[in-house]
Amino acid sequence: MSRTWRPLAALAAAVLALAGCGGGPAGPSNSGSGAVTGDVTVFAAASLTESFTELGRRFEAAHPGTSVKFNFGGSSALAQQINNGAPADVFASASPTNMKQVRDAGGVGGQPVTFARNTLQIAVARGDPKHIASLADLTRPDVRLALCAEQVPCGAAAKQAFQAANVTPKPVTLEQDVKATLTKVQLGEVDAALVYRTDVAATKGKVDGVDFAEAAKAVNDYPIATLARAPHAAAARAFVDYVLSPQGREVLGRAGFGAP
Amino acid sequence: MVLAAPAVLGLAFLVLPLVGLLVRAPWATLPQRLVAPGVGQALRLSLVCATSATAISLLLGVPLAWLLARTALPGRRVVRALVTVPLVLPPVVGGVALLLAFGRRGVIGQYLDAAFGVSLPFTTAGVVVAEAFVAMPFLVIAVEGALRGADPRYEEAAATLGASRWLTFRRVTLPAVAPGIAAGTVLCWARALGEFGATITFAGNFPGTTQTMPLAVYLALETDPDSAAVLSLMLLTVSVVILVSLRERWIGASA
Amino acid sequence: MTSTAPAGAGIRQGNAMSLHADLDVRRGARFRLRTRFDLEPGRTLALLGPNGAGKSTALRALAGLQPLAAGRIRLGDRVLDAPEDRTFVRPEHRSVGVVFQDYLLFGHLSVLDNVAFGLRARGVPRRTAQRRARDWLRRVGLADHDRRRPRSLSGGQAQRVALARALATEPALLLLDEPLAALDAGTRVHIRSELRRHLGDYPGACVLVTHDPLDAMVLADELLVVENGEVVQQGRPADIARHPRTDYVATLVGLNVYRGRAEGTLVDLVGGGTLTTAEPAHGEVFVAFPPTAVSLHAGRPDGSPRNTWPVTVAGVEQHAHTVRVRLAGTPDVLADVTPAAVAELDLTEGNALWAAVKATETHTYPA
Repeated sequence: MSRTWRPLAALAAAVLALAGCGGGPAGPSNSGSGAVTGDVTVFAAASLTESFTELGRRFEAAHPGTSVKFNFGGSSALAQQINNGAPADVFASASPTNMKQVRDAGGVGGQPVTFARNTLQIAVARGDPKHIASLADLTRPDVRLALCAEQVPCGAAAKQAFQAANVTPKPVTLEQDVKATLTKVQLGEVDAALVYRTDVAATKGKVDGVDFAEAAKAVNDYPIATLARAPHAAAARAFVDYVLSPQGREVLGRAGFGAP
Repeated sequence: MVLAAPAVLGLAFLVLPLVGLLVRAPWATLPQRLVAPGVGQALRLSLVCATSATAISLLLGVPLAWLLARTALPGRRVVRALVTVPLVLPPVVGGVALLLAFGRRGVIGQYLDAAFGVSLPFTTAGVVVAEAFVAMPFLVIAVEGALRGADPRYEEAAATLGASRWLTFRRVTLPAVAPGIAAGTVLCWARALGEFGATITFAGNFPGTTQTMPLAVYLALETDPDSAAVLSLMLLTVSVVILVSLRERWIGASA
Repeated sequence: MTSTAPAGAGIRQGNAMSLHADLDVRRGARFRLRTRFDLEPGRTLALLGPNGAGKSTALRALAGLQPLAAGRIRLGDRVLDAPEDRTFVRPEHRSVGVVFQDYLLFGHLSVLDNVAFGLRARGVPRRTAQRRARDWLRRVGLADHDRRRPRSLSGGQAQRVALARALATEPALLLLDEPLAALDAGTRVHIRSELRRHLGDYPGACVLVTHDPLDAMVLADELLVVENGEVVQQGRPADIARHPRTDYVATLVGLNVYRGRAEGTLVDLVGGGTLTTAEPAHGEVFVAFPPTAVSLHAGRPDGSPRNTWPVTVAGVEQHAHTVRVRLAGTPDVLADVTPAAVAELDLTEGNALWAAVKATETHTYPA
């Protein structure tokens, strides 16, 4: 019997050691006094990938001794991870709904603040070969349209925009997230998709963005908040402050986000 | 005795998540969630697509397995490695790869589109293609293993009795590896039924045409995790019922 | 159905064909067997040699399961394999029946469907094929086993089904690969005599591969002894036993085999003479004992359980370690003696001696 258990025990020890490495506190950070140091773990919406990566680099430069780690993903998935106890310090959501889910579960530390706004654009192939200029054009039979599923923020926003334009779209697919939707345009599988302005900007010219009037009726607010169980509360507050600072605004603005 | 402890641990490891799903399922609201619009549609689509993908896999996969197991195909190792590629490829990447091959601008897809006006993405056929792509290797590997285990001299005996290669394959080889084919078919069907990544990437997601149960579950998770749990349970129950009843049948037939 | 005209044509009238075989077969880089023989229809030729001598490879070449490296196989006037002319007839197009060493009966088919398989494969309608298969099962004494699965058969039964399956298509050439090797000793004796009867009825040419000299002596009309990839001796079994050309052949083929009629432990031999055996039997039998079991004496030896009879020396063959003495008498007999005994006994031709064989050294087989 003991021969059976020895390897198992070794395995268990190894697993525990690994867990210890990942989960342990990384240096003094919760002091709250003077200079901010330590790790900040930020759960941020996928659409923030480029701008927050940039912001993280700048924050680390401004606060030597800190290190920012990101977990980018769909806002609702992130909200669920937080509610299931994921060790996060900051949550930056692409929709107030997902922020509310965390807040209702008692996970938010301070008051959520809207730090950015995103508006929709029609993403089309470079040069707009199908001459799409409005939401109404998207219902033309020769136009293959991809939308986000209603369950994700970009899909909800698209629904609002179409309602404002009084147009009923006929999408061929309802994608799981905005990046997947945009990929379909990039690969030429669809002729147009409704995505965020920032996502179009992030392709760096691979697709063109077409503005439309009703975009103003479907503005997406991005709230940010520190979390109640944040392991590194001080550093978390410092990061949120940095996002809301003029430097933060500047980075977000370049990525296509509007000011709140 | 030495094997008992890890065996029990292994079983617990596989079953506990299922228990979690059962314990946390919203039993009170279950009936109304089951009859919610779209649920039946997604389930039906899932079954139809998984079965079609399995049929295609059988049609193409069994001869492929035979080729790998029984012929001196040059570069057979490479071919076998290629067959297993969909197993290691993250399904989403598989979906992108399928788009690059069979999409509207794909290497082959552009000609399909130009010549026949056929475009697989965003169609039910596209779902079947994505599922077959991911699930067929399971069948090929199972059948190839069975073929390797089967004594090729029975095929020689059939040849000396005057049977052509095709007749030998049908009357001698196939019956000999029938258990392997059955196992491979089950694996293939189960994998196709649960397929998510390649399907949503290649075929997209639209209720009634391409939204299978796993896709519906994923999107339900975005807004209503309880619904997702119910849908998962339903998919699970249906597949278990089908597999168990088929198994009874096979066992009944062989006894 | 996949009907093949050339093979189908050979079913009825085609099995009285002679076989011409000039075989050069290779397996891997090291192994090679060369042999050459002609075989008339109705005759059985045995390839005798130790395991691993390449006999089975030769059989595979005749069946078409392996192409010749060089040489030629002709059955009747049809060339089946001739690498020089790039001729190769695939096994399914040859009129050949094979009984494999472990029979290779199809486990998922009934006994009847196994026997009918070849006929069905050659395009015979189901009912006709089954009727003829049932007929063959009756001939091998398994008429009431037609619905059984092969795995429920005993070894002897499986062997008979395999024989029926091979003969059902009435092939021009029958190939038997160690047909008795998989059987236990008791069954073997019985099946051997049965097989001998079926070979007697079979009108085509038959090639048999075995490592057992007794099988070869009892079943074959002609013998090919294979050693180290070469045929070391070829001829009638009795001739080879009498004139073994090498030590190897001498030890392998050196067997005194007699046919006779048994009445208890007493056997009246067909060619005259009587032998006392240890195993009681009744009716037609073979009695066999090796030449080493025969002792030679100048005068009539004493002692009870012995067969003793007067003989005269007909010839002496000297080998490295033994001397084989051919002795004329009732019956004729072969004896192996040591070189020392040759001098002691004065084994010159025409000299009179007494031969003695213990009853316990003999073996009796039903014929």
